Amino acid sequence: MKTITESTQALHEELVDQFGSAILGSEIQCEDQRVIVIDPKQSFEVLSWLKDSEVYQYDLLIDVTAVDYGAKKGVQVVYQLWSVNYKQLLRVKCPFPGPDLEISSVVELWGCANWLEREVFDLFGVHFSGHPDLRRILMPKNYSEGHPLRKDFPLRGRFSREKQTEIALDQSYEDYYRPEQLRDSLGPQKED
Amino acid sequence: MGVNEESPSSLPVAGNASPTFLTTKVDFVVNWARRNSLWPMPFGTACCAIEMMASAASNFDLARFGMERMSFSPRQADVLICAGRVPYKLAPVLRRTWDQMMQPKWCISMGACASSGGVFDTYSMVQGIDTIVPVDVYVPGCPPRPEGLIYGLMMIQEKIKHESLADHENLRREDPAGAGKPEADLEEIKALTGVFGNSTQQEKLSSLAQTSRPGRFKDMLE
Repeated sequence: MKTITESTQALHEELVDQFGSAILGSEIQCEDQRVIVIDPKQSFEVLSWLKDSEVYQYDLLIDVTAVDYGAKKGVQVVYQLWSVNYKQLLRVKCPFPGPDLEISSVVELWGCANWLEREVFDLFGVHFSGHPDLRRILMPKNYSEGHPLRKDFPLRGRFSREKQTEIALDQSYEDYYRPEQLRDSLGPQKED
Repeated sequence: MGVNEESPSSLPVAGNASPTFLTTKVDFVVNWARRNSLWPMPFGTACCAIEMMASAASNFDLARFGMERMSFSPRQADVLICAGRVPYKLAPVLRRTWDQMMQPKWCISMGACASSGGVFDTYSMVQGIDTIVPVDVYVPGCPPRPEGLIYGLMMIQEKIKHESLADHENLRREDPAGAGKPEADLEEIKALTGVFGNSTQQEKLSSLAQTSRPGRFKDMLE
């Protein structure tokens, strides 16, 4: 039986063998949370390897989220993986080196990433290339003040309250429902 | 549109008639009927809604005061109870619910968040629903106890008691073009929300920039 330090070290070495400089480091947080830090440019390859690997089988994506550490450290996208077979957690962090927040989408690997990535895009402004439907999910469709969970976003928003109220009341049903949903909710229509 | 060609002022009761014997007696009967059969439209969005449900349940029993049934259709409701915080994304829904309610109608803003935004002075929250719809009674509290809500509803009843068909036009005035628009005009919203500050006018209005007050209570005593 390997200790958690040994097994994390083994995983780290195996990943370095496979991907070389794309693996930026590994650590153990809170006693049993293993963390792998990787380059966002190669995140898709590393994550698909982790999913398909016979030895690890991290086949369930629990969460996609992001952290903004401010101007110095920038934004990180965080993937939380779970191996159903081996009952192992793994956290994969992708720190962006600069202000250009672009990472490839993992919707192809895990369908559940669809809405999770939309949420990260909505609140942090990270662009997931290859995402089938990248649009806002929590904020209103006509929200135009930016991405509210970024550190440089002012708490009360960028616009004045008058403008925020006006924009909010400009939302329409068509923003949130498909035409057939609206038609069904209105009941049978009269023919003109 | 099936609008009556006749202007409302030429109708015998609904115009600017002077309060005569007949209208005062009609007032009495109409107001008595209205205030004892107020049907609330519950617009519960947060913890205040739990207290609203408690007010409707057997211990407090709103039905004693004529709020016989929560009307889940705005078209059959008389009083909108907005219980809880309203985010900007929900603002058009609240406005539309209000627009769909039949006259005569009243509105209660229940709790700190609905009345002023409460602690949620953030980018996503409406700072008081009176910017969106006209409010008759504000019930303070976080959340208010059922007694508080019942007192608010009884204040609405008191308000109805003093209404008169003679000034029907003023009481029921509603701008059809104003549907879906903010209730308060932009200057008013600025005045209502300015005291809490805003990122664009924070230093000017929230008095964070300068204060002439002594910092400590002890200083004021000396």
